[in-house]
Amino acid sequence: MAEQLSFAYTGADGVAPVVFKDLDLTVEQGSFVAILGHNGCGKSTLAKHMNGILLPSGGKMYVAGMDTREEALLQEIRRTVGMVFQNPDNQIISSIVEEDVAFAPENLGVAPEEIRRRVDAALDAVGMRAYALHAPHLLSGGQKQRIAIAGVLAMQPRCIVLDEPTAMLDPVGREEVLHTIRRLNREQGVTVVLITHHMDEAAQADRLIVMNEGQIIADGAPKAVFCHVELLQSVGLTVPETVGLLYELRQAGLDVPLDALSVEECAAAIAAAL
Amino acid sequence: MLKDITLGQYFPGNSVVHRLDPRTKLILTVVYIVALFSACNLLTYALMIGVLIFCIRCSKVGYRAVFRGMKPVLVVVLITGVLNLFYNHTGEVLAKIWVFSIYSGGVRMAVMMVLRIMLLISGTFLLTYTTSPMQLTDGIEQLLGPLKKLHLPIHELAMMMSIALRFIPTLIEETDKIMSAQKARGADFESGNLVAKAKALVPLLVPLFVSALRRADELATAMECRCYIGDYGRTRMNQLVYQRRDGFALVGGFVVLAAIFVLRRVGI
Repeated sequence: MAEQLSFAYTGADGVAPVVFKDLDLTVEQGSFVAILGHNGCGKSTLAKHMNGILLPSGGKMYVAGMDTREEALLQEIRRTVGMVFQNPDNQIISSIVEEDVAFAPENLGVAPEEIRRRVDAALDAVGMRAYALHAPHLLSGGQKQRIAIAGVLAMQPRCIVLDEPTAMLDPVGREEVLHTIRRLNREQGVTVVLITHHMDEAAQADRLIVMNEGQIIADGAPKAVFCHVELLQSVGLTVPETVGLLYELRQAGLDVPLDALSVEECAAAIAAAL
Repeated sequence: MLKDITLGQYFPGNSVVHRLDPRTKLILTVVYIVALFSACNLLTYALMIGVLIFCIRCSKVGYRAVFRGMKPVLVVVLITGVLNLFYNHTGEVLAKIWVFSIYSGGVRMAVMMVLRIMLLISGTFLLTYTTSPMQLTDGIEQLLGPLKKLHLPIHELAMMMSIALRFIPTLIEETDKIMSAQKARGADFESGNLVAKAKALVPLLVPLFVSALRRADELATAMECRCYIGDYGRTRMNQLVYQRRDGFALVGGFVVLAAIFVLRRVGI
């Protein structure tokens, strides 16, 4: 997807802080990729490049073969890559749930009957069909975020980019949203790019990319990435508790593998070593 | 405490009036106002009162709700009544109190004015009671649609209205939060005179504005992400379609208007 991507914000005083430089990244169709990183590491900026909200100041960004700098393709690119943001309140535009979900297909000029079908399908996909006629401000955070996801799904995108979708939610809401994302990826084959700073969320992806100061410092299956405990700690990220425990044990001289993400796996690994 | 503010005051329901097309209701409201201002004698006012009662009955909103809406304007109604009572010097003198004298024309005028204002308010309230804000915005956009040809930004106006309506509860919630936060740090919103109270609102309004602007920015990005480019090739999921009942209602409305004009001539 991204090729030698670099981006710099233009500062008011003419000084341009470089967010990232010469970044190369390809996201496969149908995969579930998590991007992990500290605040200000450039992960949100990278996300905004994926559907042409921001344009690269150097290098190229391709979405399904389309260059994001081609203005004529912009609608098609945004239809292909849907984006969900952190605050659900600031993404919902209508006072009725189903009208909000219908917003994107209405913009695309889809026929009314087809919009109806898509809205129902999208609400079904996020399990919010029963709330179709409710007012969004009366729903919980997790429900609102699911409505926001449905609003994006109604465009029938091939990829969804979620920029810290669970940062403002309580644990129940977080689980609802994550469950929805995983199901969409598995059952409908939607490519998911999940930007997060929660380790346990990142661990659920097929592929994990760790960013620091505009650079990709690790890229691979979550189990493999979490094995680089020192590297992650050096950029201020913590590893999942299980990996942390195994790492401590290993430092203490016990011969255990590091790649256990669930509590059961971790317990089995320790039992085997003892 | 701020939760009590309701704008538009929509009463959900499924009556005939609720199910009428918002465009029909808007047109009928205009017809109603025209008819009301054309009314000038007993018979025409009686007819207007009859029409209003008929509409309220059909809407199943209840008289109490309609009259409750009139409470805030009661003072205006009273002042209008009293002024008309004393300042109209036509007809014969009915009573003399000190330097003021009440003429029969004054009484007539006062009664009519009070009736007119009350009918006007309850009629328009009935519109907002039976039409959801979204429907109302839709109706206005559709009715003013022809003005788009003159390059007037009708779609944008309707969009702004519906976003404003959508964000009222969100911003009220936010105001509550900021108020609690400021109170927790010793801010005093209740005591002092009017000037002191107004000054106390500054630390409330500044963060509210900042947050509203940030929200607007994020919302604009989210709208762009969902392919919003303005009113180019847009379609609607719920299209407004005139039904037979709309036809009947419109015909009924214009018959009443015609009747008013006829009865004006009769005059009692």
